[in-house]
Amino acid sequence: MPDITLRVNGSERKVSVTPQTPLLWVLRDTLELSGTKFGCGAGLCGACTVHVDGAAVRSCSTLVSQVAGKSITTIEGLSTNGLNTLQQAWIAEEVPQCGYCQSGQIMAAAALLAKNPHPSDEEITQAMSGNICRCGTYDRIRRAIHRASNAGGAR
Amino acid sequence: MSPISRREFIGAGVAAGAGLVLGFYLPHRSSVGGGDSFVPNAYLRITPDNKVTVVVARSEMGQGVRTALPMILAEELEADWKQISIEQAGASTLYGDQSTGGSASVRSTWDPMRKAGAAAREMLISAAALKWGVGRASCKAENGTVVHPGSNRRLTYGQLVGRAATLPIPTDPPLKQAKDYKIVGTRVARIDTPSKVNGTAEYGIDFRLPNMKYAVLARCPVIGGKVASFEDRESKQVPGVSYVGKIGDSAVAIVADSTWSAIEGRRVLSVTWDEGPNKDLSSAVIMESLKQSASKKGATLYSVGDVSKVVGRRIQAAYELPFMAHAPMEPGNSTAYYQGSKCEIWSPTQVPQDVRDSAAQAIGLDADQVKVNVTLLGGGFGRRLEHDYGVEAALVSKAISGPVKVLWTREDDMRNSTYRPASYHQMSAVLDAQGWPIAFSHRIVMPSINVQKGFPAEGGVDAEVKEEASFVYSFPNISVEYVMTETPIPLGWMRSVNALQVAFASESFLDELAVAGAKDPLELRLHLLSKNEDIQGWHTARMRAVLRLAAEKAGWGKPLPPGHYHGIAGFACFNSYMAEVVEISMENDRPRVHRVIGAIDCGQVINPNILEQQIQGGVIYALTNALRAKITFDKGRVVQGNFDDYAPIRMSEAPVVESYFIPSTEAPTGAGEPPVPPLAPALCNAIFAATKKRVRALPVLG
Ligand code: FES
Ligand code: FES
Repeated sequence: MPDITLRVNGSERKVSVTPQTPLLWVLRDTLELSGTKFGCGAGLCGACTVHVDGAAVRSCSTLVSQVAGKSITTIEGLSTNGLNTLQQAWIAEEVPQCGYCQSGQIMAAAALLAKNPHPSDEEITQAMSGNICRCGTYDRIRRAIHRASNAGGAR
Repeated sequence: MSPISRREFIGAGVAAGAGLVLGFYLPHRSSVGGGDSFVPNAYLRITPDNKVTVVVARSEMGQGVRTALPMILAEELEADWKQISIEQAGASTLYGDQSTGGSASVRSTWDPMRKAGAAAREMLISAAALKWGVGRASCKAENGTVVHPGSNRRLTYGQLVGRAATLPIPTDPPLKQAKDYKIVGTRVARIDTPSKVNGTAEYGIDFRLPNMKYAVLARCPVIGGKVASFEDRESKQVPGVSYVGKIGDSAVAIVADSTWSAIEGRRVLSVTWDEGPNKDLSSAVIMESLKQSASKKGATLYSVGDVSKVVGRRIQAAYELPFMAHAPMEPGNSTAYYQGSKCEIWSPTQVPQDVRDSAAQAIGLDADQVKVNVTLLGGGFGRRLEHDYGVEAALVSKAISGPVKVLWTREDDMRNSTYRPASYHQMSAVLDAQGWPIAFSHRIVMPSINVQKGFPAEGGVDAEVKEEASFVYSFPNISVEYVMTETPIPLGWMRSVNALQVAFASESFLDELAVAGAKDPLELRLHLLSKNEDIQGWHTARMRAVLRLAAEKAGWGKPLPPGHYHGIAGFACFNSYMAEVVEISMENDRPRVHRVIGAIDCGQVINPNILEQQIQGGVIYALTNALRAKITFDKGRVVQGNFDDYAPIRMSEAPVVESYFIPSTEAPTGAGEPPVPPLAPALCNAIFAATKKRVRALPVLG
């Protein structure tokens, strides 16, 4: 198997996996970055959301070969020093219940705020409806995004 | 696999669990906490550095036990909340029944946690009094310290642990009055939230051991089928696959050095299945047989007067519900390491002791040779009351003689789960000349989860169905019957269990009676609750209060925006009272839910924030159940596979949920499940208000 070079959370990582492996499993099993979650494996739930060159993508439906050389950010790398504004808003609104979907929710929200620092309710709904939360935290996710937006965005 | 679970039965189980725990105090100066710690009981450790560690012997699946249970102990301990950290108990013999279910975690630990904290507090006060040579009555505990106001002296708990550990443990320490609570009843921030926003929270699926392999299993697609033979040549050619072998009678494990290799190995595996006796089973046939059984008389669950003798205007209707799947966000998984005479398991489980016992049996060890650790659970909803993931991991680990993580994909979870039983409900009532109902009958036709799992059901009564079919309304004539049917479909306890089916039928039918008798639906309910009575252990006044509160907050009876309609329902279960008002409009013949108002009486509220989360989450979960959740069987197979055909509510469909509670100092009762049952009937009653069409079968969207 050829080595594939990835740029994950700012560092170069070489992995030797079959090129068809979904990025999700490379992150979780090979690079041991387990903050990115497996929920459906079919692009339906958003639990596996990461950023590739700043855009939110479903890592379960992205082949590792497609992201070679691109810049990948996972929940572990979202903030380089402590918790960022968005994560703090998530805490202030007490969003998580089981928490399992929340890495994906936060990554989706961060990508939204990076593009649109002051999203309307409608824009939040649009951007966030790819992410399922079985614990039903949607109301609070919305509030946390507004809170982060008022406090200056995702950073 | 042992089918028996020790999941607590509501009521009896709670009391028994509490008793067991209280009897078990560790001896003084126990070594459990290490040399200098103060460990007055199995729940608590205080160290000289002034840290208080509370052991949580329930599973955290989002419902907040890792915060709520320590709050209860910390309150009695008079601790400073900032001192508190938690430790998760694995399967143990120290804590009684550790099952997390039946909305019972707070209920069943309320006494043991309070007493554990209070006993320690009393010992710390005594230790300080002895140190200072003053009477203990002149000292008091506050904020993690003992003070002697007379001399203005103060010692931290950490400074007192050595002395406290030498003192006798009080068996019946005084408990605080609710009016003096400083922690209980406040919005203490959840302990585990920071780890859930930065990716460090460790769920079962995240647990990892050195040299660990990854496995998935190919399971027979037909319920109850077995492996006839399999051909693994191609699987073994997948890079990374190291082992393919039969596990039990009905599955083949594919073990690899990554999850993806195992999944790929399974994709190319060819298995010939012995499909067994259920290969022609379909949902239509099952529903038909439930309908047929509705003509039988059932076992009596509750009876007053004689419904057969009542004359007047008779109203009849039948309701039906499909099978449903829990679908927690974290798919099933467990990690196991079998090493000959012992095995250790890490599992996101609601029943660590059951997993221990079932795994031990499966791999031929004694229960005390199996250690089960409980990880965080990415949702539970009852799915993790089953033992299957842990048992499979133990079996695969034994087969390969090494550490392995077994993972279920979403399709595995959807198709090999246990399901909320489908049910059929025959309703009948009689109205008097004024339009008030004077007789009410409900015949519940449904297979029994407990009987299928091997629990006894005396006289054809599943005790849990009886409990969850409790009826709080007062009628001169009432009959609630249960016709127990059988099914080969594996059944499981899903959030609010039988209460969901019962409430959908009875609270929708009450709405029909209101319409037929030209009464307002709220007015009818309040009429049926107008006398202060105890009905099957429920108090009409408490039910009345939550209905009134929900109605008031929703503006029941007041004008709504054009095209908006209200529906109301109430239900009492898991010792709590809940009412909900749902506000909808119709868009292209489909309901759009704008707002749900929930009001609960669950006794003393431990943490209002966590309670609100439970109500918000319960409502959203119930909305998925009501609108779309339907597991269908065709040729013995589950049709649905993933979140496209079993589609949970997303933000685009999520209503605003407002939560209210009745202030109370009664002992706390359930919160996780009570918000679920009223939602579907309240929604369908709103749909009737909007369309004059009665929804008598779930899911609403077909
Ligand atoms: S796991 Fe990738 S979208 Fe669900
Ligand atoms: S917090 Fe549990 S799935 Fe979202």
